[in-house]
Amino acid sequence: MSYMIGLKCRECGRLYPKEVVFVCEYCFGGVEVDYDYDAIRRVLTKTALAARPKSLWRYRELLPIEGDPTVGLFSGFTPLFRAERLAEALGVEELYIKDDSVSHPSLSFKDRVVSIALTRAKELEFDTVACASTGNLANSVAALAARAGLKRYIFIPADLEMGKIIGSLIYRPTLVAVEGTYDEVNRLCAEIGAKYPWAFVNINIRPYYAEGSKTYGFEIAEQLGWRVPQHIVVPAAGGSLITKIAKAFKELKRLGLLEDASTKLYCAQAAGCSPIVNTIQARSDIVKPVKPNTIAKSLAIGNPADGYYATKTVLESGGWAEAVTDDEIIEAMKLLAETEGVFTETAGGVTAAAAKKLIEQGIIPKDESIVICITGNGLKTQEPLMNRLGQAARIKPTLASFESELASQLADVSVRQK
Amino acid sequence: MAVTVRIPTPLQRLTNGQAEVQCDGSTVSDLLFDLEKRYPGIKERICDEQGKLRRFVNVFVNEEDIRFMQGDQTAVKAGDEVSIIPAIAGG
Repeated sequence: MSYMIGLKCRECGRLYPKEVVFVCEYCFGGVEVDYDYDAIRRVLTKTALAARPKSLWRYRELLPIEGDPTVGLFSGFTPLFRAERLAEALGVEELYIKDDSVSHPSLSFKDRVVSIALTRAKELEFDTVACASTGNLANSVAALAARAGLKRYIFIPADLEMGKIIGSLIYRPTLVAVEGTYDEVNRLCAEIGAKYPWAFVNINIRPYYAEGSKTYGFEIAEQLGWRVPQHIVVPAAGGSLITKIAKAFKELKRLGLLEDASTKLYCAQAAGCSPIVNTIQARSDIVKPVKPNTIAKSLAIGNPADGYYATKTVLESGGWAEAVTDDEIIEAMKLLAETEGVFTETAGGVTAAAAKKLIEQGIIPKDESIVICITGNGLKTQEPLMNRLGQAARIKPTLASFESELASQLADVSVRQK
Repeated sequence: MAVTVRIPTPLQRLTNGQAEVQCDGSTVSDLLFDLEKRYPGIKERICDEQGKLRRFVNVFVNEEDIRFMQGDQTAVKAGDEVSIIPAIAGG
């Protein structure tokens, strides 16, 4: 049973059938899935949800598929936990981390969008899937398409981190490293997608794909006991996630699952690629593209497709935006690891660093509830940490060597008495 | 003095199914004007009521986004390739 009615242009409202349509033929606006919310309201209750498996598919009525889910059955429902040590370090009272760095199977929130995209691609009878990616999407499409038995073409900028390249190649896709920026990869893929009959998850099946990000928002609300935090800090590349979190809360409210859906959303970007932050801070509605230059490569999209909507969403929520330097990113990655045991990628460093700045500036109040969105895993972006973490103490396999190398640290440790 | 203009799929119905067409002009703005003369109705799909490029349309001259150049006043010459591409999500 599907609750998906069709597709609708976000700009002019024109309606389209639930097929492979991704932009409005008339105004080039993006199209979005439209659902039968009255019917969903009757079946998607808290009691019904409580009995369902802990994966992103527990919200399937609000996801754009026709039949049963077939891909990513174990994705989603990642931990949301109270971060007391980080809260203390930042001087705030109530802080949570929503941790997609441990997403199954590819360790980033992209498993959410790809689970939906590939389930839908199979329904639409594609045998080949493809994507343009800054790395995480590549890993997720490569992994989930392998298990789904789909052919896979992955396009990435040639200068990605080794972890992201190996993390794609292992699943044996056709990996194409394009000599250019992500924006150039994306433009090329739009042209390839127009010529070859493939499901490009972020292009021609994007309306279905993008809905997967809502599950991140659904889970935050459910895991907080059916309430939303007062503040959420979200990283932005293309700008879709932040709009989908807002949409998720609105949908839950519409279905009666949330009493109050008002939360302030904050957009986090790297200073070396901050087109959306610039637009928000200027309170403008024209997103000026930039040429990215940052260690946060997964966020290095200079021409964000959803920049306009992300800006609108943030400003309407009463939130704000902040950009952070590469140094601040690394320091925040370390802080998150040292205080909460979370090893996030550079994008997570961006989010944590932006949260820190917004708190220090007094923009996010210290006594209100805050969620920080961690969307990827640090094992994938190790290069910027080389030479930034100190060294292991190297010793001979003897007690004497141990005690001499670590003498200063052992000086005030009392030894066991015989 | 023709410039090659690549037409996105949703607009190919207006160009009799052609993915590439030839147009004349010395700027992007001129090209769009000429495109409209050859394929009536196409310009209003790419530009808004004020004649400005729509928010979700990206135009590239020889692979470079015109917003990094002179916008719709960006110069074009014979042999150049212009692509009209809808904004694309990613990550």
